[in-house]
Amino acid sequence: MDFQVVVLAGGISKNLSPLVSKELPKPLLPVANRPVLSYVLQQLEQSNLKDLIVVVEGEDAALVVGAWISGTFIDRLHVEIAAVPEDIGTAGAIRAISHHLTAKDILVVSGDLVSDVPPGAVAATHRRHDAAVTAMLCSIPVSGSLDSGSSGGKDKAKKLGRYNIIGLDPGKQFLLHIATGAEIEKDARLPKRILRAVGQMEIRSDLMDAHMYAFKRSALQEVLDLKDTFQSLKEDVLPYLVRSQLKSEALSNRTPQGEENGNEKVTSQNNQVFVSRILANASTPSFHDRSSENPDGSAPTRKTHKCCAYIASSSSYCVCLNSIQAFMDINRDVTGEADHLLSGTSSDPNNNIGPSPKLGTKTTVGPHCMLGEGSEIGDKCQVKRSVIGRHCRIGSHVKVVNSIVMNHVTIGDGCIIQGSVVCSNVQLQERVVLKDCQVGAGFVVTAGSEYKAESLARKEK
Amino acid sequence: MGAQKKGATARVSEDSEVVAHHPLQAILLADSFTTKFRPITLERPRVLLPLVNIPMIDYTLAWLESAGVEEVFVFCCAHSKQVIGYLGSSEWSSKPDFSVTTIEANDSISAGDALRLIYERQVIDGDFVLISGDTVSNMSLTQALEEHKERRKRDANAIMTMVVQQSKPSPITQQSRLGTDELFMAINPDTKQLLYYEDKAEYSKGFISLDKTLIADNPSIILHNDKQDCYIDICSEEVLSLFTDNFDYQHLRRHFVKGLLVDDIMGYKIFTHEIHSSYAARIDNFRSYDTISKDIIQRWTYPFVPDILCGSSAIKLERQGIYRASDVTLSRSAQVGSFTVIGQGTTIGNNTKISHSVIGEGCSIGSNVTIEGSYIWNDVTIEDGCKLSHAIVCDGVTMKLGAVLEPGVVLSFKVVVGEQFVVPAYSMVSLIQQPTQQDSDEELEYADNSSGIVEVPSDKLNGEISSDLSNTQYGPTPELGTGGVGYIWSIFEGGHDEEWRHSVAPIPTDKLAKIMLDKDEDEELLTQGGNALVEELKSDSEDDDNEGSRDDYASFEKEVEATFLRAVHENVKVDHAVLEMNGLRLSYNIAAVDCAAAIFYSMMKLAVESSHSSASELHRNAVEVITTWQKLLKSFLHDIDEEIEVILKFEEICLESAKEFSPLFPQILHLLYDKEILQEDAILRWADEKEGADESDKVFLKRSEKFIQWLREAEEEEED
Repeated sequence: MDFQVVVLAGGISKNLSPLVSKELPKPLLPVANRPVLSYVLQQLEQSNLKDLIVVVEGEDAALVVGAWISGTFIDRLHVEIAAVPEDIGTAGAIRAISHHLTAKDILVVSGDLVSDVPPGAVAATHRRHDAAVTAMLCSIPVSGSLDSGSSGGKDKAKKLGRYNIIGLDPGKQFLLHIATGAEIEKDARLPKRILRAVGQMEIRSDLMDAHMYAFKRSALQEVLDLKDTFQSLKEDVLPYLVRSQLKSEALSNRTPQGEENGNEKVTSQNNQVFVSRILANASTPSFHDRSSENPDGSAPTRKTHKCCAYIASSSSYCVCLNSIQAFMDINRDVTGEADHLLSGTSSDPNNNIGPSPKLGTKTTVGPHCMLGEGSEIGDKCQVKRSVIGRHCRIGSHVKVVNSIVMNHVTIGDGCIIQGSVVCSNVQLQERVVLKDCQVGAGFVVTAGSEYKAESLARKEK
Repeated sequence: MGAQKKGATARVSEDSEVVAHHPLQAILLADSFTTKFRPITLERPRVLLPLVNIPMIDYTLAWLESAGVEEVFVFCCAHSKQVIGYLGSSEWSSKPDFSVTTIEANDSISAGDALRLIYERQVIDGDFVLISGDTVSNMSLTQALEEHKERRKRDANAIMTMVVQQSKPSPITQQSRLGTDELFMAINPDTKQLLYYEDKAEYSKGFISLDKTLIADNPSIILHNDKQDCYIDICSEEVLSLFTDNFDYQHLRRHFVKGLLVDDIMGYKIFTHEIHSSYAARIDNFRSYDTISKDIIQRWTYPFVPDILCGSSAIKLERQGIYRASDVTLSRSAQVGSFTVIGQGTTIGNNTKISHSVIGEGCSIGSNVTIEGSYIWNDVTIEDGCKLSHAIVCDGVTMKLGAVLEPGVVLSFKVVVGEQFVVPAYSMVSLIQQPTQQDSDEELEYADNSSGIVEVPSDKLNGEISSDLSNTQYGPTPELGTGGVGYIWSIFEGGHDEEWRHSVAPIPTDKLAKIMLDKDEDEELLTQGGNALVEELKSDSEDDDNEGSRDDYASFEKEVEATFLRAVHENVKVDHAVLEMNGLRLSYNIAAVDCAAAIFYSMMKLAVESSHSSASELHRNAVEVITTWQKLLKSFLHDIDEEIEVILKFEEICLESAKEFSPLFPQILHLLYDKEILQEDAILRWADEKEGADESDKVFLKRSEKFIQWLREAEEEEED
């Protein structure tokens, strides 16, 4: 498969502080005790997409991530690590590594995507339509807003703020319009031009862009060259391509590859159109072909390109780890209802307890929990719906509910931890009560202190 | 005995059925309230115009009868006598299970008025079908009615079901094959509820704006550009009362449908019913007249086709879609091409070629005539050697030897075209002069018609005009060649470029090519850089914001003025006035700058409004006001920027609200300086800022040049 994969792994993303640090950049954040990046890489491996470029923001982070990948996927994937400066945006990152891109099509995946949608299916859809861009769309997860005790009104505001407006053709194959929440503060504006060409457009607000795109390399590079202000794939490049699909400046599918004489070119084009029509199972020419034709049916004069959509089935799991809330949700889901993502790592479907846990007497570990290798828990403890990392020491009478505890954490006797994230090497002394808190790496919480909805981290040196 | 009993019970149950049975009613609007068929409709209402030799209203009534409607209320307005007369003499007045009642009104100018009037009459008592008398259809209403009733049971707010049909407008001309403008609708695919309706290019923007809440409420919405409104509505009685409640509703779609869609207080809902295999269309303009005529000839509207509607004997269908009446006199050498209708008593001469045309009754067509794609009504005389292509020729027209009609011509009743005369393309010709007062509002056909011309019998009119002709030099004669009678109307409404859109003639290819090119250019503008687009969006929203604050400011200004006047008249102490102003400022959340400007404005206004007869008196007034209230003004002037703002405001006052001040500008500026309301710096900076402005902006700067010069010199001296 002539596909190159670019994994945009990110770096030390600010909205995840204090969870991330130089030692633990975002790609390595543990989801069910595995770095989040491993989920994407595993999916790619299963789809037989093995030629990867992993783009990391920041040199330091790149080193850490590179070390981990070479340690884990050494023989399985062909991975190049590329470091790009921070804050240049997704489009900027692709621009920076543009000279590495050689394949005909490029699959761009966000490294924080935890999903069971096969990337290969997206790539195949892209190829079948000979599209300039194919975006993966998935249903907006309901689980995110169900729990975490947020009030109804807040929930609604959140929903309004987050939704995307996506326009599809009646066959749900082509992407006709895309607008993200930020652009649509007031009313949705939909271009009539494309609607005129297609006739009818389905407007969906229950889908979201899952940050997985297949691009035709020529189209992508042309857009990036042409529009040097474009920062983001999602907010600039994709909407631009969608908007200009009937009036293409990135003349992807019509550019003659070399010096061909006119006759051959026309026939090869016709063939191409014909083949793509067969592949797309369409008996009539798509609106792209029609709108590129002159009224008298002569050779097309206007250039068009196709923007396709791959819509993941509503049962599939697909969430981006881009906030602390998402981090908690993903951890809970992966150990719970979406545990098929962990295939092969554990034998017990309900309790993902490591090989040598040491549990004290009368300690209960509920279902949908995970306990890392070498961790010890004292007497009369309760662990519910939580993930506990490796080599943690947990005292007696400790309650851990709906929380994530990373590696090498020491928890004193009588602590109560609810809805919190405790990073590596944290020390919680006796009788600490944490509710909805995040504790940064290496922090020491003094005995008896109580925190609610706070973010605790060491002062930057 | 037993048999009798049985009969009795049967009768009882029948009776109860009759009580439960609700006759299906329909309102048929026999007035379009538009002017699209002018000049023809000045003399005859649209519903009586022949469509393939049968008045349009007959198609509508025949369909209503077949669709199970039992009571029809025909609303007549323009030419109501003609409609009533026609219906009275036709078979419709004597059908057993199908009653046709006419409702006459002479002062209705819109569909809204018509429905309000019908509501007053209280004849409708249940669901009804609302159509106009120019609808051709063969759809079955059963399913649509059932859906409507079902929805009503579940939701009392579902008051209307609109019938729509698949029809994709041409991407080039952006109009449908019926010549109607493209239509944008948003429909919920599951419930079929109509969420958005946009006909006409009222927003020529390239965007459809869907309300945010619509999208939030409906996870999936389908936007349609490929549907056509059939103008067949199934309504509940509430629709009529809604028209009465909202007395400003005029147009069925533009006001009523959109009004309901926008209004979320009442929560009324409109649903759609899509027909797939049956026919429904409305004759709204000349192009749809052409299209629907062809559809009828090609039998898409079966069973409403000429040979069945006229009765079996009168007209017969031959091969190649030729309909010929029984007593047509056709020369042997005449060629009648496919899809042509020839009415009774028509004679056609030698070597005449006719194709794709409809020819009415009692016409006489000479030799060597070519007729193509034209509609010739009754009793038309066409002399030898004429050529007609894509024209409409009304009753009683005479075309003299060798006259030519170019595509798109409409000849109204009894026009005479002179020998060898070529009527230019898209001309409208009528015996009636074009009404000079053109009302672009197309709702007002009736209002125009009632001017009296209409009711004059056309025979008499003809005579009058002919006699006029002999007396006057200028008349219709020169317009239509020697012996011609009639006026060629100049084209209005939509401008000269657009007449091809709604004409009977097909759109010429060069026109299409031109539109394509234009459109490409437009799109180029649109796609040139998504940034431009985004910027446009941004600037749009900014504009909106500004507008809001502008409104605020205007009302604030009024309040300030009122407060100030009260302070003056009631001799309020200056300190109190300051307090009051400040309170006002805070409650409107207005910056001190704007507040000072508003106060200054009120002061100047007071000075102007105090009695004065000359400029010097005005100056004295101003001095007085400013001296009395200088403290008030000063307490809102904290820095130089604010003072500059006052000067700018003063300029604005001089230019707009109180021009009397403009000669006094330098004096008052000086006064403000003397009273230490304005500092030297402020005035100089204002002058510097204005230096780079347009010439027109510098008027006041020039007037106060001396003063500024003096200021500058004083400053230099000080520095020295």
